Amino acid sequence: MISFEHVTKTYEGRKALDDVSMVVQSGEFCAFVGPSGAGKSTLLRLVNCLIKPDSGTIEYDGDDVTKLDPVVLRRRFGYVIQSVGLFPHWTVAKNIATVPRLLGWPRKKIDDRVEELLLLVDLAPSEFRDRYPRQLSGGQQQRVGVARALAADPYCLLMDEPFGALDAVTRHALQGELARIQKKTGKTVLLVTHDVDEAIRLATRIAVMANGRLVQYATPEEILAAPADPFVASLFGGEAASLRLLKVRRVGDWAVADGAPPVQSIGPDETLENALARMLGSGLDALAVSDPGGGPKRVIRLDDLVRRTR
Amino acid sequence: MQERDGRVVENPVLLLLLTVALAGALGLGFVGFAPNRILSPRSLALWDAADPVLLGAILVGFGIALASTFGWPRRGHDVAAFLGGSLILVATVLAAGEVATALVPTAKSSAARVSLGGAFWVMALTSSLAMAEALRRAGIERPGRIGVAAVFVAGFAALAYLGWYDDLSIAREWANRRAQYSVAFDEHVRLVATALVVSLLIGVPLGALTTQRPRFAGRVFTVLNLVQTIPSIALFGLLIGPLTALSNAVPGLAAAGVRGIGFTPALIALVLYSLLPIARNTQVGLLGVPPRVIDAALGMGMTGFQIVTRVSIPLALPVLLAGLRIVTVQLIGLAVVAALIGAGGFGSFVFLGLGQTATDLVLLGALSAIAFALVADAGLRLLTVLVARVEGQ
Repeated sequence: MISFEHVTKTYEGRKALDDVSMVVQSGEFCAFVGPSGAGKSTLLRLVNCLIKPDSGTIEYDGDDVTKLDPVVLRRRFGYVIQSVGLFPHWTVAKNIATVPRLLGWPRKKIDDRVEELLLLVDLAPSEFRDRYPRQLSGGQQQRVGVARALAADPYCLLMDEPFGALDAVTRHALQGELARIQKKTGKTVLLVTHDVDEAIRLATRIAVMANGRLVQYATPEEILAAPADPFVASLFGGEAASLRLLKVRRVGDWAVADGAPPVQSIGPDETLENALARMLGSGLDALAVSDPGGGPKRVIRLDDLVRRTR
Repeated sequence: MQERDGRVVENPVLLLLLTVALAGALGLGFVGFAPNRILSPRSLALWDAADPVLLGAILVGFGIALASTFGWPRRGHDVAAFLGGSLILVATVLAAGEVATALVPTAKSSAARVSLGGAFWVMALTSSLAMAEALRRAGIERPGRIGVAAVFVAGFAALAYLGWYDDLSIAREWANRRAQYSVAFDEHVRLVATALVVSLLIGVPLGALTTQRPRFAGRVFTVLNLVQTIPSIALFGLLIGPLTALSNAVPGLAAAGVRGIGFTPALIALVLYSLLPIARNTQVGLLGVPPRVIDAALGMGMTGFQIVTRVSIPLALPVLLAGLRIVTVQLIGLAVVAALIGAGGFGSFVFLGLGQTATDLVLLGALSAIAFALVADAGLRLLTVLVARVEGQ
């Protein structure tokens, strides 16, 4: 658990953070979104003590981070920044092994861990472990960046615009990888991004920042369905926010019992967006909801997609 | 090998080199012959002095090289150019020793001197360049070219060792001053090495500091630039006064070897000259390390010391080594001038030779310094390549 209490930080007379209080629970995937200069990165860098607050406290599992040895603290977090953060003079394997080597792990354990992590981020160890960063594509570099951050089995991942420098296709693929890895490892993740779609796709909770203030902190669905103010509403697309809602709502939550026997079926964990796409594609106005558990038969209808409440 | 596409002259560089070689051979003396050190030498042309066999070999080499500039033979004219060039070089170098051995007995005095003339230097230089150019055109990479050069140098060194050049005056000067020569060698190496170590110890931290304090950097580089503009002889001279005063004022300094002349002022001057390139290259190298990499290192929990030793310095090392190379060569040259204030080294032969109008003595000092600089430069270049390989750059 990471908690911020009344955190304030001023740079040259300008308030970068203004009385921010929030709690990120363990296992949560928390995305910080907002325009440039909103204070997202500042908030992230407070967590591993790269900067110190002017007032307020940041606690990690009950310990005030400013009271801990910053070097020891930072090694407990995985830190990922835009692709150029890899050490250009070290091989992929040596880059990944950075924190384990700082912690003085035995060599065998490090080698095994590097292999395991390369497999986790879907890079063949035999092919990639001895390459240098410049011999990798942008996407591959960022995979190595994620593996490096996970190397010492950190308490939490801190990611500052990790996919900002990548092309759209690679970014989408890596977002999928990150979601899979987070689900598999159960790590707490703090992600800074200015891409609201990235936040909606990955986060379990989103913190919306503006001018150093925390404007809204809620699940993606809550923010899309009930934005706290006009700024949040416009940031998430105004009226188009309704379309984004379809991406976060699940078929299983909106299906109803009975109805005429539909021709096609869809899984309960699929998004409403996928259900709508299926209906638009097939010309049907209802789909059967398959239930692997063998529960009562349900359908999802076009009408259900526009219902405002469950 | 290149396409001929109708050109008459296949290798214009080689043609130019051969023209220069020919002009040198015709217009300048091959050796100078003086009955003793006082009389000015009489210049002898190549065809007057050289053994007919060696003269013939030079002509044949010249002919082959000339033919190859016009693209003959069609296949392998680069090989022909190389062979022609090496024939000229080997025959010229052999002829130099042979001429001296033949001439010395004709003089009545044992003080007779045979010195190398302009034609020798022009022909040796142009034929070496012709060989290097031929190898380059044949697609031989730098390591290969250096290897070939090493074979030739080793061959000539072996000839020298066997006494082929013993009758040349430069070899005689060396033979007469063997003991002095090894002292001078020691002094030169010690002066350069000490100056390097001291200027690294001062210059690297200074350069690192300038990356942190831009205003401080401006002042430091203004001063260091100013130092560079002072002529070396003037700087050596300027240090004599203050150091003498210091040595007299503080007891014990004189006993420790701090005096107005000799090693100490030379060391101080050399270090002052070296600080600019070392501090500047350190600064440039460190500023070239991407800030994101430093941020990542810090964020992953490296200590300041670990960041400097594991990230900043390794990444700045290629630029640092380039600076070190410049400084080493510069120092070897400056250390020659330092002989003027009694610091010894190869420069002592140069100034002795100047005083006695003994060109060969000047040449002995100068060639030794040049050879030292070339060897040091090649060594550091090799180190740079090795470092780059280790770092995968």
